[in-house]
Amino acid sequence: MSALTTPDAAAASDAPEAYLDWAASAPIRPEALEAMVHAATVGFGNPTGAHRQARVARRIVDDARDVVADAVGARPADVIFTGGGTEADNLAIFGTVARHGGRPVCSAIEHHAVLHPVEQLGGTVIGVDASGVVDLDALRAALTDESAEPVSVVSIMLANNETGMMQPLDKVAAVTAECAPRAVLHTDAVQGFVWMDLTATAMDAHLVSITGHKFGGPKGVGALVVRNGATITPQIIGGGQEFELRSGTQNVEGIAGFAAAVQATVNEREAVNARVCAMRDRLVDGLIAAVPGTVETGDRSRKIPGSAHVCFDAIESEALLFLLERQGVYASAASSCASGAQEPSHVLAAMGVSRDQAKGSLRLSLGRTTTNAHVEHALAVIPAAIEQLKGAR
Amino acid sequence: MQGKPVMVAMSGGVDSAVAAALLMEQGYDVVGVTMKLWGGDSDTGCCSVSDVLDARRAADIVGIDHHVFNFGDDFDEHVVAPYVEAHAQGYTPNPCIECNRSIKFDRLLERADALGFEHIATGHHARIAVDGDMRYIERGADGGKDQSYVLHTLGQAELARTLFPIGHMSKDEVRAKAADIGMRVANKPDSQDVCFITRAEGRSNFLRSRMDFTPGDVVNASGESVGAVEAVQLVTIGQRKGLGTAGGGRTPRYVIDVDVPQAKVIIGEAHDLLVEETAIGDFAWTGGVEPTEVMVQTSAHGNPGAASVTVLPDADQPTGPGGSLRRILLSWTEARSRVAPGQSVVLYSGNRVIGGGLASR
Repeated sequence: MSALTTPDAAAASDAPEAYLDWAASAPIRPEALEAMVHAATVGFGNPTGAHRQARVARRIVDDARDVVADAVGARPADVIFTGGGTEADNLAIFGTVARHGGRPVCSAIEHHAVLHPVEQLGGTVIGVDASGVVDLDALRAALTDESAEPVSVVSIMLANNETGMMQPLDKVAAVTAECAPRAVLHTDAVQGFVWMDLTATAMDAHLVSITGHKFGGPKGVGALVVRNGATITPQIIGGGQEFELRSGTQNVEGIAGFAAAVQATVNEREAVNARVCAMRDRLVDGLIAAVPGTVETGDRSRKIPGSAHVCFDAIESEALLFLLERQGVYASAASSCASGAQEPSHVLAAMGVSRDQAKGSLRLSLGRTTTNAHVEHALAVIPAAIEQLKGAR
Repeated sequence: MQGKPVMVAMSGGVDSAVAAALLMEQGYDVVGVTMKLWGGDSDTGCCSVSDVLDARRAADIVGIDHHVFNFGDDFDEHVVAPYVEAHAQGYTPNPCIECNRSIKFDRLLERADALGFEHIATGHHARIAVDGDMRYIERGADGGKDQSYVLHTLGQAELARTLFPIGHMSKDEVRAKAADIGMRVANKPDSQDVCFITRAEGRSNFLRSRMDFTPGDVVNASGESVGAVEAVQLVTIGQRKGLGTAGGGRTPRYVIDVDVPQAKVIIGEAHDLLVEETAIGDFAWTGGVEPTEVMVQTSAHGNPGAASVTVLPDADQPTGPGGSLRRILLSWTEARSRVAPGQSVVLYSGNRVIGGGLASR
């Protein structure tokens, strides 16, 4: 009996572990933690107040705004702090349509934080090709569809959260400018920011969403960049904070941690990318070599460095994830629904992957503290787990 | 030292939460699993996001890992679709029994096997007795909560791998145990009704969106038309209301038969419902014992009645998996109300389930 067939094999406390779910959430950076403790300690005043204690808090928020603005290539007054990526995405879509009317358009592989608002507003969802890249002809058709309302916002993510596939935002911007010059371009850069220089890749976007916990900031803090003449209607109103676009007392310590993580990510990005990319390649190549029938999803040359996505033949990833956890490998399959159950991936479905093949999907996402030892552990555990599942049938 | 691995199916209710706690106390290596079965709305105390939360919190208190398995496709295929199809043909289906048969004690058992768990456990109020090399389901200690009826399809292979940790306890004892270890679900009401149909939606609306209803004539014993129904598929044997009859008579009228192909509902008086015999199809003995005198239960919490068994020839009958299914005829000691076709009929010897099948037309 192999060690894997007895679930209690994972009980040893010094068993090796490999956290390979960075695309879901990253471990917090020490810089962010330190900034949060400092901000919570000295910045207890309300940043909208008039006295010195209020100004201390306000200074923390404004310093953070400068950092984020530089990191995304925007002016400080373009940066709206939000309660995370989903809120930023919702604000971009609902806020634009509330202000200008018209029809939103997005791709079928967007995060639900974009997809659901677009669907709720009766917008148009366009397809992707088999490698998971947005179909520009479909975009053109959606933008020039004269039977429908004029398009007011196009939302295409910078990099996909499941497959890691980067999207051609420059081409999307060109098609949008040509076919619907009045529409604004929104990009969900929640995954993209971790790996991509937004000052080079997202400058065409009027609206940009990012969130802290994907790169070592706290959860529940993000930002929407609103620039290049784009205007939106706020979706949370009250005290008029954040240039009257997002009311509510700012989460001062969260914003401080967010900005610290943004700064550290920008500083280290190039070095981390090179290191992680090499480990990702070894991981995927190792799985393909060890597990017959493994299909890599998408085109690796167009993926963000931390993302590995494969489909295994004839197993169910839900069962695989269970075994991996028992061996200290933490990964994910598609998206989880509110109950925590794995749902069939809308991204893989949009790429034309069959429901059966998608059932064997596995996303392994790496990050800045991933080591070769983690990759080795995953390469030892995953093929054995798959063999166990196949043997059981 | 780690004990034997066991996977506990946790619904979010108090019974399965206490089952998990008891297994921990007994030294098993316990993992909790909640099955996500139904993607739609639910307000009947099963399958909803808040039930998953309850299960997860119970697992936290017990101190075990908790996972959610999405068996929604299997549930649609093996429970919901047959439920709709049975109604379309005028049968009265048992979705809970089908769920036990094809999901909990098939799909989950298979998954547990693949993951290295020989045993699964549930919070059912039932017990498993070992008699020689045979195993039997026996009624749970709490007669009012006994669930042996809905578990009658379990065969020897399933019984050998299943644990019912609370089967020997009363519901009060289960709730007391839950309160004792600080579980929030200690006073959670029992789940009831069909989990994939909300009370707000109701059975008829649920079915209406999934099948074509046939309006039907309500006729009396002499064939005269006395009323009308919107859907013959929704009418059940024994039903008194909603038959579109003038009413006002001194004697209550009941549905004594439903003829879906002819779109006819036949009504009569209470004594017209009584039958001396009931034919059972898709029948299987649990194993070993095949007596002629048995006690028979025809609904989840109905009163058992005595009957004698005649095994009918199999020749012209479809056989089930393994060729083990057959037809029997039950001759009631005292005449009983007719059993709606499609209802499960379970045979007992004392507290022990010894066989079961479906009432034929």
